[in-house]
Amino acid sequence: MATIKLQDLWKHYGEVQAVRGINLDIAHNEFVALVGPSGCGKTTTLRMIAGLEDITGGMVQIGDRVVNEVPPKDRDIAMVFQNYALYPHMSVYQNMSFGLRIRKTSKEEIDRRVQNAADILNIGELLERRPKQLSGGQRQRVAMGRAIVRDPVVFLFDEPLSNLDAKLRVQMRTEIKKIHQRVQTTVVYVTHDQIEAMTLADRIVVMNNGVIEQVGTPDEMYSNPRTHFVASFIGSPSMNFTPCNLTKTAGGLAVRLNDDISLPVPEERAARYASYADKEMIFGIRPEHVTERRQHANGAQQDIDANVNVLEPMGIDTMVFFSLGPTEICARAEPSAVSNVGESMGFTVNMDKMHLIDPSTDAVV
Amino acid sequence: MSSNEMTAMTTSSGELLAENKVPFWRLRKAFANYVALIPYLAFALFPFYIIFITSLKSKQEINNLGESPFWATGIAVENFTYLATNTSFFEHWMVNTLIVTTVSTIISVTVGILAAYALARLKFRGVELFGVAVFITYLVPQTLLFLPLIDVVNAIDDYIPIRDTYWSLILTYPTFLIPFVTWLLMGYFRTIPVEVEECAYLDGCSRLGALFRVVLPMAIPGIICAILFSYTLSWNEFLYSLVFIQDEHAKTLSVGVFTELIRGDIYFWGSLMAACLLGTLPIVILYGFLMDYYTSGLTQGAIK
Repeated sequence: MATIKLQDLWKHYGEVQAVRGINLDIAHNEFVALVGPSGCGKTTTLRMIAGLEDITGGMVQIGDRVVNEVPPKDRDIAMVFQNYALYPHMSVYQNMSFGLRIRKTSKEEIDRRVQNAADILNIGELLERRPKQLSGGQRQRVAMGRAIVRDPVVFLFDEPLSNLDAKLRVQMRTEIKKIHQRVQTTVVYVTHDQIEAMTLADRIVVMNNGVIEQVGTPDEMYSNPRTHFVASFIGSPSMNFTPCNLTKTAGGLAVRLNDDISLPVPEERAARYASYADKEMIFGIRPEHVTERRQHANGAQQDIDANVNVLEPMGIDTMVFFSLGPTEICARAEPSAVSNVGESMGFTVNMDKMHLIDPSTDAVV
Repeated sequence: MSSNEMTAMTTSSGELLAENKVPFWRLRKAFANYVALIPYLAFALFPFYIIFITSLKSKQEINNLGESPFWATGIAVENFTYLATNTSFFEHWMVNTLIVTTVSTIISVTVGILAAYALARLKFRGVELFGVAVFITYLVPQTLLFLPLIDVVNAIDDYIPIRDTYWSLILTYPTFLIPFVTWLLMGYFRTIPVEVEECAYLDGCSRLGALFRVVLPMAIPGIICAILFSYTLSWNEFLYSLVFIQDEHAKTLSVGVFTELIRGDIYFWGSLMAACLLGTLPIVILYGFLMDYYTSGLTQGAIK
């Protein structure tokens, strides 16, 4: 059983606190993605799990064993590095079998495992080549093959796709998911790309400034972000935010965006938001919940009109940008229903999907 | 684009050019390239040319002022036979030099590899200061360092007789070779991506295991370079050898040739040049063997 437990994990580099008291439990065979902007501590956390970085405080446990003082070689972990880190003086076969040779595995067993991994990754014909004779995508596969061959208890990925071009990245993303379905192992996957995290992971861990902002399934992260940061980080294009005033009206509460626009809050949310009435808040709404004018399914839909600033056609949808007070809002509209730039257009806002952020705590309320 | 591709393109695309005919501008360019090399060649190779020519001349020809010094009229081997029969050139000087150079190079490169790795990779208090200290040691001129070293050699000689043997050189050459090798390899180790080493740890290597199985194979060009340079430096070393060794049979090439083939104001030009020519051969052979490794890009393909 390869569970991973991080308990109050700290990492200091001199004055800099890279990781500040992280707690995380990863289940057996779970695929967990650590995601966040550069410098958020996700790679440091991964390297502490691998044993490549000393732990300043707290505990890392793999299975039943606390590994704080266990050197990397004895942790039974395989890692795929961002820059692949292949052994340039060895053939692909030697690269993949290196770990097994160090561990004195029998030759037949090595052969069997390398062939098996090569089949999974479709690199059977590359085994005799040197890394310099491979393309970026092939090197990436070899780096993964090297990890698969070892059959480790934990797989670590450190931004494995970020050096690939866009098309290959999407392709390899699917491959990684397939491989995980085939080779069941606990995986910790570090990425700064939230789409990678959403598509691959069973659970996502969003980190920022050395702390965990939120842990949850991709769905939870998308629908119920708990902080301003998570709300802005997950989703593409990212959520719109605009300052607002939560006002009391005859029917309940309303989000007052400016003198002209005031959007009533759906009734079922009124109780939740009651304590924030008459306060300056931040209103958040995803682009996909601001659409071209549509028929209202229930009372939660609200109409607004605005002049189109910019259009970004994406094929299936067109992104429409319009000004709302001090901020620019991005809406996701049906291409046929879009007005020209500079012209007025009617939008429908689905208030059922709104988020309200308390600026004093940055928490989504 | 390589010249082959270029030729292939011109021949396949245009009928204007006759088959296999190299265009004029290409000839002119090639010619210009070679012309640009002439001054370099003149400076670098002319001394060797004189050495070579003079070593093949007979004593009469060398002393005959009527003959051109730049050309030999015949081939004489008397200078080489003189070296073999009247001096300790082959049986002692050459052998001593080979021993001293090889042993001190092995010592220096071994110590240098470990020191350089530690300075480039390990984190400990004062690591940077230590690195700078290595560099400063390397900058202290030998002409100053030999004075205290005399004392050291004498002190050791009280217990183990090393003065007037090549052991005094084997012990003192690393004092300037190790800082040099360390400095050179430190720079090289820093170019090796640390992830590759970390990957070796995760694959089950200890630090020493990773050093020998992964880092050193990737550092071969740097190590070859260190070997070549320290071999050349000790091969050509003159001062320590002159100071520490008086016994004719214990001398190295550089000092032996200088002290035994120049007597007072009499220069044995022919044998001197023959000795120089033979003395450079081992180095030339060594370079010839190792140059391919030296220039090959061994770390290519390790990382994106």
